Amino acid sequence: MDKGTWTVKTGLAQMLKGGVIMDVVTPEHAKIAEEAGACAVMALERVPADIRAAGGVVRMADPNVILAIMETVSIPVMAKCRIGHFVEAQVLEALGVDFIDESEVLTPADETHHIWKHDFKAPFVCGCRDLGEALRRISEGAAMIRTKGEAGTGNIVEAVRHMRAVMDEIRKIGSMTTDELVAEAKELGAPLELVMDIHKTGRLPVVNYAAGGVATPADAALMMQLGAEGVFVGSGIFKSSDPEAIARAIVKTTTHYRDPQVIAEVSKGLGAAMPGLDIKTIPTDELLAPRGW
Amino acid sequence: MKKIGVLALQGAFVEHIALLNHLKVEAVPIRLPQELRGLDGLIIPGGESTTIARLMKEYDLMAPVRELALDGFPIMGTCAGMVLLAKNVSGINSETLEAMDIGVKRNAFGRQVDSFETDLEIPAIGEPHFHAVFIRAPHIEQAGDGVEVLAQLPNGVGVAARQGKMVALAFHPELTSDLRLHAYFMSIVHGER
Repeated sequence: MDKGTWTVKTGLAQMLKGGVIMDVVTPEHAKIAEEAGACAVMALERVPADIRAAGGVVRMADPNVILAIMETVSIPVMAKCRIGHFVEAQVLEALGVDFIDESEVLTPADETHHIWKHDFKAPFVCGCRDLGEALRRISEGAAMIRTKGEAGTGNIVEAVRHMRAVMDEIRKIGSMTTDELVAEAKELGAPLELVMDIHKTGRLPVVNYAAGGVATPADAALMMQLGAEGVFVGSGIFKSSDPEAIARAIVKTTTHYRDPQVIAEVSKGLGAAMPGLDIKTIPTDELLAPRGW
Repeated sequence: MKKIGVLALQGAFVEHIALLNHLKVEAVPIRLPQELRGLDGLIIPGGESTTIARLMKEYDLMAPVRELALDGFPIMGTCAGMVLLAKNVSGINSETLEAMDIGVKRNAFGRQVDSFETDLEIPAIGEPHFHAVFIRAPHIEQAGDGVEVLAQLPNGVGVAARQGKMVALAFHPELTSDLRLHAYFMSIVHGER
């Protein structure tokens, strides 16, 4: 019996496909998420919108917060560690967390290196803005990728930008001749073998979710139609006026993302979505997506 | 040509469709009740059982699939699919199909760090052993009289079962390239087993 293998790690991500992973800060939130049909929850001390408002150094959540959520729900529980903070990751693995998010939403602990994720039995998910970043994370051992978007804004524009960047680059690689791939790998700052793999299969070797700015059912369906295999919803649920309704609606549209009738039906009477932020009003040094190397 | 539906509400349904296509079987994703018409068999894939159960209920798929099962329709469930087929499930508060006379425990091996892969002896498909991937997998706690346990782990725990034309697997053949269990299911669909 082999545990913690690449197949087992990427396999869990495969099982999450077509699903919604919701940020939760209390066991009560986690229960609401599970009952709404979330395929996993992300255990946090604060949702990204509150993190953004509070400022300061943001670290891994208190283990008690994570454990309380793990005890409450039977779906997989994810938790975030800081970029490069492999000891926080060791702690999360020791707690029995099902998936570790090495996340730009927390304050980076290392501005040069990410965690060498192959050393862990728990699988990791990492954010990306483009294909080069995605492939660097996969080569370090990420078993799942998510486009970053701009967390805590309720504004989908960055998520769209990042998903389009990844998908466009995958299509471009698919149409290249083999000799062009070496130059492309150099340009992307990505390992050649992963670039060649994409050339052959036309897709990333791991599951790719969308994240950062999803606030409505239509936002979720937009990301799915652009090529996401599932969506993370952070502040979008528990910063809205009716979290249960919006959680259920986003779960339904993520399944029926190609069916405008369903999207129209579930979008009715959801109350106020979370307040949104124009990205241009955010000072450059407060943007989260550029964190990651 | 036989046509198999793969429940496509959430989880690894694309992989099942690809394996069936390798066997030259037509496979279609099923998201709404009217799509169940004209099928020769149904696969319920791996995914999150609570999510799939909730979406089945919300889109009125629970009752028609249960009816098909009672009529002796061929259905194969993998991992979450096994949970949904089982009559008794410990560790779930959602409704299931209650179609197979088995008692199943969810997340029976623990959390993700305890997920594993292993070579499994499955006499119904012969040698070599089947490379089985278990991810937050269930196992069989109890099986009724009409149930044939198809595979056990070395400690005797049941991880695959058949009852009539229904097959339940605790692991994920859709994550490997071994077509034998899908071929086994197709032989049931064709009435050869």
